[in-house]
Amino acid sequence: MTAPVRTPEQRGDRAPRRTGARTGVGASPWTSRAAVHTLLVIASLYSVLPLVWLVTSATKSVGDFSTTSAFELADWNLGENLSALFAEEDGVFLSWIRNSALYAGLGALLGALICTACGYAIAKLDFPGRKLLFGVTLAGVLVPTTALALPLYLLASQLHIVNTFWAVFLPLLTHPFGVYLARAFADAAVPDEVIEAARVDGAGELRIFFTIALPMMRAGFVTVLLFQFVGIWNNFFLPLVMLTDPDLFPMTLGIYQWSTRVTQFPQYNPLVITGSLLAVVPLVLAFVLLQRQWRSGLASGSIK
Amino acid sequence: MSSLAPARSAESEAAAGSPRPRGSTRKSGRSRRNAAAMLLTGPFVLLLLGTVLVPIGYTVWLSLFTERLSGLGFDGPRQVFVDVGNYQTVLSDPAFLEGVGNVALYAALHIPVMLGGALVLALLLDSAVVRMAKVWSLAVFLPYAVPGVIAGLIWAYLYSPDVGPISSMLPFDPLGSNGVLTSIVNMATWQWLGYNMIIFYTALQTVPRELLEAARADGAGPLRTALSIKVPMIRPTAFVALVFTLIGSLQLFTEPMVLRNFTGSVTSSWTPSLYVYESAFVSNDYGRAAAASVLLAVASALLSAFVMRLSTRRSR
Repeated sequence: MTAPVRTPEQRGDRAPRRTGARTGVGASPWTSRAAVHTLLVIASLYSVLPLVWLVTSATKSVGDFSTTSAFELADWNLGENLSALFAEEDGVFLSWIRNSALYAGLGALLGALICTACGYAIAKLDFPGRKLLFGVTLAGVLVPTTALALPLYLLASQLHIVNTFWAVFLPLLTHPFGVYLARAFADAAVPDEVIEAARVDGAGELRIFFTIALPMMRAGFVTVLLFQFVGIWNNFFLPLVMLTDPDLFPMTLGIYQWSTRVTQFPQYNPLVITGSLLAVVPLVLAFVLLQRQWRSGLASGSIK
Repeated sequence: MSSLAPARSAESEAAAGSPRPRGSTRKSGRSRRNAAAMLLTGPFVLLLLGTVLVPIGYTVWLSLFTERLSGLGFDGPRQVFVDVGNYQTVLSDPAFLEGVGNVALYAALHIPVMLGGALVLALLLDSAVVRMAKVWSLAVFLPYAVPGVIAGLIWAYLYSPDVGPISSMLPFDPLGSNGVLTSIVNMATWQWLGYNMIIFYTALQTVPRELLEAARADGAGPLRTALSIKVPMIRPTAFVALVFTLIGSLQLFTEPMVLRNFTGSVTSSWTPSLYVYESAFVSNDYGRAAAASVLLAVASALLSAFVMRLSTRRSR
């Protein structure tokens, strides 16, 4: 951790380093342009082909799914698959989409705000218990969500809130790693002088946070938000143990439940696959569209 | 901003008036700052207490009890204090120990393959010859956006001999009892390779340019630069990634759980997390499940502390 840490911006534009300082490298066969790109293409294919399979399979009918080969396109059946998906069990899939959006959307927004406020306070305010709080937060980072699912279930059943929205929503708001990241973002993005100047001007601490610090930490906030969104959207164990009412299921749990039937009832295959596609598309889009934010967010947050 | 101006003049007037009020505003400033800190940290502190610390404490408490039928069983089951009895049951249960063995083997394969692959890809992306680094890194990163259940299902289909092409290309059955561990390693590697590659790549971009130029001037080739300068410089990042991967590996649950619908090779207690699930929701033995949960949490805390220790010792 003692190594000099700089953000890419501080190191200067990356382009000069590429073209100016280091052209002409590539005498060694291992680093030659072709070899490097071949490896990157292989890694990209490995990563993307299963997703391509998901897309092509979602367009196939039950019959074509088992008779055509994996990446081959058959008759276009996506529309029928989608209408079957939304018709199944009186349109329960629509509730699953709504629930996933609620758990992940509302949860990530609220959770990221809570984490950012706490991380900012740890980084910038001197208050009693600050070090203890940071220590406990770090310990919390190391407790995995899977290990917490059963304890949360046991507590929730004692409180009689098992099989409710809150039993899934509240625990997923807690994101110690988000606090850890937000603290690093506040350190890097909000200069002490700005806070001091605002204090001299008579602004209250809460106002300084919401009107000055939070806008300065925007890239960090979006990063925490996005990664918490993914964490909640992808969560499986907690809803699995907490929920029995299908109307409360998120998409992951609902699709999982359908997948337990596919060996006996092959007609569930297109439902599982088309549903999976719909569960993947929003996140892939979010990561592609918000690329600039999360890349710069990770750059300033992940290093410290 | 305009409303800040009057407040400022009021304060400076008060400060100019006499030294006393100035001291008192400073004092009330501190208590106001503490109040603000409480408001900013309060929600998270409450969440941390209610959803992490209290549940863990309650689970430790529950792990010391078991349900027994009293007398002839007419009164229904009673909670009986058994001290560390549940821990002894779990630790001497062959099913639990087999699960620990599976996870150990899984971690021994997954961690070097995934983190090693991520490091190599990050170094390739950071090398001077690469074009379109953003495209490659995004492509490899995308599986991270796929929920574990969906990733498990996609690969389960690709493995299954009726649907996917993989089983005909492999010398072993990817869903058979000998191949299923490798298959699960591949599922997890697919999901986490790109994420860790991005983390390493981001860290590599902060290596000072002068250092790389100096190395080049000294005649170090790209491979040498990568191994003797870049990799040591991102060692702290690599250790953090190692700790997270280690913790994640111990908790392995979703992928084997999904595969259970496609093959009989994954037993109901194939990993310790599955064992916890099975004890709690199939056997309804909460004491045993709680004890196994606590053991799992303690094991991951100890292992991550050990790795952290290792990293600070090495870097000295």
